Amino acid sequence: MKVTVDEEKCCGAGQCVLLAPDVFDQREDDGIVVLLDAAPSEELHATVREAAAVCPAAAIDVDESA
Amino acid sequence: MSVPSGVVVVGASAAGLATAEALRRKGYRGEVSVVGAEPHLPYDRPPLSKQVLSGAWAPERARLRTEEALAGLRAEFVLGDPAVALDAAARTVRTASGRVLGGDAVVVATGLRARRLPGQDGLSGVHVLRTLDDALALRAELRESVRLVVAGEGVLGAEIAATARGLGAEVTMAGPQPAPLAAQLGPMVADLLAGLHAERGVALRLGTGVTGLTGQDGRVTGVRLGTGEVLPADVVVVAIGAEPATGWLAGSGLRVADGVVCDSRCRAAEGVYAVGDVARWEHATLGSLRLENRTNAVEQALAVADNILGAERHYSPVPYFWTDQFDARIHVYGLPSAAAEVSVVEGDPAGRRFVALYREDGRVTGVLGWNMPKQARLRRQELVEALTPAL
Repeated sequence: MKVTVDEEKCCGAGQCVLLAPDVFDQREDDGIVVLLDAAPSEELHATVREAAAVCPAAAIDVDESA
Repeated sequence: MSVPSGVVVVGASAAGLATAEALRRKGYRGEVSVVGAEPHLPYDRPPLSKQVLSGAWAPERARLRTEEALAGLRAEFVLGDPAVALDAAARTVRTASGRVLGGDAVVVATGLRARRLPGQDGLSGVHVLRTLDDALALRAELRESVRLVVAGEGVLGAEIAATARGLGAEVTMAGPQPAPLAAQLGPMVADLLAGLHAERGVALRLGTGVTGLTGQDGRVTGVRLGTGEVLPADVVVVAIGAEPATGWLAGSGLRVADGVVCDSRCRAAEGVYAVGDVARWEHATLGSLRLENRTNAVEQALAVADNILGAERHYSPVPYFWTDQFDARIHVYGLPSAAAEVSVVEGDPAGRRFVALYREDGRVTGVLGWNMPKQARLRRQELVEALTPAL
């Protein structure tokens, strides 16, 4: 799994951090997403998929083929 | 209930798409059809009043998924063919073109319809903003110095006013509240918003309702206020709220009362669910609730997908929305109200960077961050504690 984030689309909701704090964080100043782990281990895949789904700005992409 | 052999999702926007995707992620292998009134592939609505209206994004950028990703869903998309009838007992959906789709489960995700002013439909130059086509039609009329009146001082009206001002339009915002979003966010934050809009050159004509439009030769010329005064306009946007798109459910057997009435599991009838802006359901601590926001569309879709697959999951989220107006990015958790007591817990409103807590009867009911997203999100936990049902 390969995770990418679109900082320009990100609205700083932090819903991804609530779900997968090992994979996502937010910048202190403007709340924009910080990707901590672009290739999360398998036990995190389900929560990362959910984080991508609930992102209200559709700013997280998950490539399952990678 | 056994796992259904087919699911019909009515609505092809964020909530409908998320339902179909969640079913597949959870391993559902039956047939899925997604029926959409608009001809477009699923796209995101929050950017319509911001990046799409401003032109910063080409419309394609608002698309929710690539065509490849949609193909990978193995769902049939029936687009540009609105559902016109549902038989809840038989779980069949009929579309405008006469197609009948049946499933063991039906999901109502038809969203909202913008409210309109009397006399609006016969006049050119008057817009609503709900769909991509609406946004492009409005954008085509916005240019330097055009006189735009935004009728509506809620989230959508305030965002449109800010975006249009950024394009150089002469913008006036009108509506009955004393300041933008006053009923929703209370006077402290609403006054800051009013200050921001005024400082950026939006003329505020608030505190009196909009009663109608004036026109000449089929083209709008102004907006009439409750005081009788007419605000001259070249272009008008009507952003006076929206209603759940439930007209097609007449005779369906479903209960409709400002939304499709559901139980705590988002179930409207046996095998029939509602999700997103159109759904009214029982929240464990907030009671009967209907939320018009993007996050709820997806979170509720995840709960509905679970329940279609037999989970019996109660849905009691922490409400959340955000709004961008000029350089203000405001994040709101919970259900703040004008009646709540507001205290700033981080930052400084004068510096336009702060977090405020809303309390009613000593309980936290809302958290608002103004240009402090991470700090607001960290405070959300206080709301989670307040929203957790007492044992």
